[in-house]
Amino acid sequence: MHLLYSIFVDPFVQMGAAPDLLAQTLWEGLVSGILYSLIALGFVLIFKASGVFNFAQGIMVVFSALTLVGLNEHGVPAYLALAITLVVMLALAFAVERVILRPLVNQPEIILFMATFGLTYFLIGVGELIFGGDPKVMISDQLRLPSGSYRIPMAGGFVQMQKIDIAATVIASLMVAALAILFNRTRIGRALRAVADSHRAALSVGISLEQIWVIVWFAAGVVALATGIMWGARSNVSFALEIIALKALPVLILGGFTSIPGAIIGGIIIGVGEKMGEFYWGPLFGSGIESWLAYVIALVFLLFRPQGLFGERIIERL
Amino acid sequence: MRLKKLVLGAAFAGVVGVAVPASQAVAQDTLFVPLFTYRTGPFANSGIPIANGMHDYLNMLNARDGGIGGVKLAVQECETGYKNEKGVECYDSVKSKHPLVISPYSTGITLALIPKASVDHIPVFSMAYGLSASAVGADFPWIFNPPATYWDGMSIVLKYIAQKEGGFDKLKGKTLGYIYFDGGYGLEPIPLLDQLAKDYGFSVKKYPVPPAEMQNQSGLWLSVRRDRPDWMIMWGWGAMNPTAVQEAAKTGFRMDHFIGVWWSGSEDDARPAGAGAKGYLSLNFNAVGANYPAIKDIEKYVIAKGNSQTPKGMVGENFYNRGVMNAAIIAEAIRNAQKLSKKKAIDGDDMRRGLETLQISDQRWKELGLPGFASPIDVTCQDHNGHHSAYVQQWDGSKWVKVSDWISPMKDKVLPLAYAAAKDYVSKNQPWPKRTEACDDKTL
Amino acid sequence: MFYREVGQYKTSYSADEALFPILQDKVGIAVILLVAFVGVPLTASNFTVDSILIPILVFSLAATGLNLLIGYTGLLSLGTGGFMGVGAYACYKLATFFPGVNIIVLILCSGFFAAAVGTVFGLPSLRIKGFYLAVATLAAQFFLSWCFIRVAWLYNYNVSASIEVPTKTLFGLPVTGPTATPVTRYLIVLSIVALLTLLAANLMRGRIGRAWMAVRDMDLAAELIGIRLYQTKLLAFAVSSFYCGVAGAMMVFLWLGNAESESFNINQSFLILFMVIIGGLGSLLGSFLGAALIWGLPIVLRAAPAHFGVSLHSATVEQTTFVILGVLIIVFLIVEPHGLARLWQIGKQKLRVWPFPY
Repeated sequence: MHLLYSIFVDPFVQMGAAPDLLAQTLWEGLVSGILYSLIALGFVLIFKASGVFNFAQGIMVVFSALTLVGLNEHGVPAYLALAITLVVMLALAFAVERVILRPLVNQPEIILFMATFGLTYFLIGVGELIFGGDPKVMISDQLRLPSGSYRIPMAGGFVQMQKIDIAATVIASLMVAALAILFNRTRIGRALRAVADSHRAALSVGISLEQIWVIVWFAAGVVALATGIMWGARSNVSFALEIIALKALPVLILGGFTSIPGAIIGGIIIGVGEKMGEFYWGPLFGSGIESWLAYVIALVFLLFRPQGLFGERIIERL
Repeated sequence: MRLKKLVLGAAFAGVVGVAVPASQAVAQDTLFVPLFTYRTGPFANSGIPIANGMHDYLNMLNARDGGIGGVKLAVQECETGYKNEKGVECYDSVKSKHPLVISPYSTGITLALIPKASVDHIPVFSMAYGLSASAVGADFPWIFNPPATYWDGMSIVLKYIAQKEGGFDKLKGKTLGYIYFDGGYGLEPIPLLDQLAKDYGFSVKKYPVPPAEMQNQSGLWLSVRRDRPDWMIMWGWGAMNPTAVQEAAKTGFRMDHFIGVWWSGSEDDARPAGAGAKGYLSLNFNAVGANYPAIKDIEKYVIAKGNSQTPKGMVGENFYNRGVMNAAIIAEAIRNAQKLSKKKAIDGDDMRRGLETLQISDQRWKELGLPGFASPIDVTCQDHNGHHSAYVQQWDGSKWVKVSDWISPMKDKVLPLAYAAAKDYVSKNQPWPKRTEACDDKTL
Repeated sequence: MFYREVGQYKTSYSADEALFPILQDKVGIAVILLVAFVGVPLTASNFTVDSILIPILVFSLAATGLNLLIGYTGLLSLGTGGFMGVGAYACYKLATFFPGVNIIVLILCSGFFAAAVGTVFGLPSLRIKGFYLAVATLAAQFFLSWCFIRVAWLYNYNVSASIEVPTKTLFGLPVTGPTATPVTRYLIVLSIVALLTLLAANLMRGRIGRAWMAVRDMDLAAELIGIRLYQTKLLAFAVSSFYCGVAGAMMVFLWLGNAESESFNINQSFLILFMVIIGGLGSLLGSFLGAALIWGLPIVLRAAPAHFGVSLHSATVEQTTFVILGVLIIVFLIVEPHGLARLWQIGKQKLRVWPFPY
């Protein structure tokens, strides 16, 4: 009886008793959801256009952030380092297209997935060789990113919003908007959608697959860089960040693998669900349930809607 | 087609080449000290300075004194990435070369090596980490963990808190939060913490940090804000430390009520939080700073000669000095072993005797060129630890400052725990070999 | 020329349906087994046996298990590490409850516990397909990792939260624990792996294997011809987890000697997945080759600089190993996407027609 009470009633009582903490939890959930969805966005971009599940997205986040900070450490001013990092990501996109995608065109997805594993190992090794394994501090002030926080008094307590988190939300929204415009209103976006639909059909109407892939991987690289800057500013830039990229998978599940708004909404649902679950129901299980809660949420969702919220319905024909 | 053949040939060679015995030759007549380090992976920020400190001090002895007792030290690093399998693999690869002592710098790897140490006759030196119960020399003749165990550390933390609150009786009714690495390292002090909570009437809130979530602690610190503990105690390592300090600063937790164990006290743990980390406390049992004759020798004989990976500015930092202390203890134990066995090129058995009767007094630290550098080391056959004091240091925004005297642990509470834990370990791992090694100092 | 089957007549159905019908195959297997059981213990160094051969065998068994699921049934699973952990912890608890029982029996029994857990986490597989199923198994992986630390009963309330392996004997020889010699442990691992691989091979050739392959190729059609999808998929999960569980128990009891929750984390799952993909999906030989390459190559790469007298920092060696491994995986997949097993098949075909090109 007490168990039922503590699962179904008590958390809501707690929510009502401390609305400022509830608001804070919701805010934290929103922020981490946005950050997860930024990572998921990179996945979606690449999957939509080349059908590859890019396992290396996590390490690309770390690698781009490391490049930025590493360049700055060697004396390059912040914005120039940012520009150089973008060039590096472009070069990486070219290299990936030439070395991995072109030879492996038409192979089953699992082979391409595996190739991105190889890319992950490669980037980990190169990143550590060039920049060293010790974690670095993100150059938030040089990039003119806001620091500090707003403290909003509410219902007896307060809600604290880090300015960097607000900035992250804004940047993520801008990025989503830009990508949506890119996909829906430009010629390149049309080409990207065509490639996502069918490679062969796109080829037959004269769309250059190679060009599209470079653009898409570069876009994913830009998203990765933005993610790396945001995550790095919140904690620090180290290879431990790569593990967090796995959290993007439940987001992709919820949102569908090919939907950009799905990535955002899925991210928010996962982020909020995870933080609320850990905060209000976590102590019942001895805490630390954050590590699997997101996946269980995604799993439960999948049972009711196997293609995710926004994914295309899988129609199987004989 | 050619490329295909080339690659196939290479892959074939790779698979066949697996039989190649993987070893580096170690010259006879040297003192072989392998260093298990992690310069890569999510714990690299803690592992790199320690690795540098150990490597530099031992190489300094080679360059300045020609080794120990006239025999050179062979120092070899093996990268473990803080992973157990790699640690066991490193151990297997060095086993045949008669290493004198293993310092795994990982509680997980130490636990894996403890049963093997007595069979292979290789002592394990886990300085203030590993299995705290290995302080009981009668059950663990080959494992050494001076100067203090995790239980000592926890009791020292509580003594400091009580000091700050005005006495142990003032702890009644207070809430202490314990944020810890969700693994053996963080779980070990919990029984003592719970027992002291019962004895002194305070309550404990536990916040485990899973290794995969080390950099994602915002939800956890939200719970801290809800629970409003009076003090936070941290048992963290690697990327967990700086993230925790940053999150604490963000939620506005009183940094001078946030105290970490000696493994949560690196400069790199406090620096990323910037000004917000000011006031953060941690335990320590070695000194910080580069103004010691031995460290100046390191700079002269090793760093200036280009024989070191240590970047400028790392010399004198907390974990670098921790590595130096570890190396210095190993060197002293080698000297002790040479004295006891009357041999210059000693082996594992001699090293064990050397470690087991190791006494480094304050005077001896001074002779070594490290005056007031560390707590005295006093290992006996019966007590492989010494249960020594530690002091509390505080981050002032740019460096660590000592803010308390050396606080001794609650030996009356810790020793029974140690004996009970040792008995528990032995009973769960039957058959555990009974100690047959002779004792040189008559305590056993 | 070497693989000519001409002249080998079968005079009974059982001879035709044998596992190794060709004489050359029979001889080849016999030679391999001879080398493995007799040659290696006599000639290999302790380090080779302990740190190279035993891990390769353990991982090949786990890779076989995962191959059954991914390669033969087409169900992508990322929970391998968790299932290995279930087997390991189950074996530990069984050893606590039944200290007198033979360790091999315990290891095999712990597989059943892993099979039970695997079946539970395979339940979503009817509803969820393809890559989404992988995420469901990720839930299993992370949940099991969490259990291994949070459920203290699993590690007998050890303060260190890790499980230590007690010394067990077989015919008077210690086989687990620090006193067991690498060769003893190697022979036991080899026997278990050989036995279970034989079992898997026969499973694949029979009705169940065909049902799995039908499900992989097109499960809708399979259901139409009368294969009960749910039971088949769950059986695949069960058998696969059995293999992973036994591999996990062997990993702890016959190789490492201890384990904690982190030993069975997501990286372990990815490692086994790599082995399966590089080795070749749907091929038992591939599991062995993949395990040998993925485990052995870093060791060779790490030992190479020292062997050639080049002295590098250990961290640099480690990082270079990563780079080379990454490049090799990519190059290998470009050159032969179907894995090492396909290479062997091509080689066999070449041997058949040699000295002619085709």
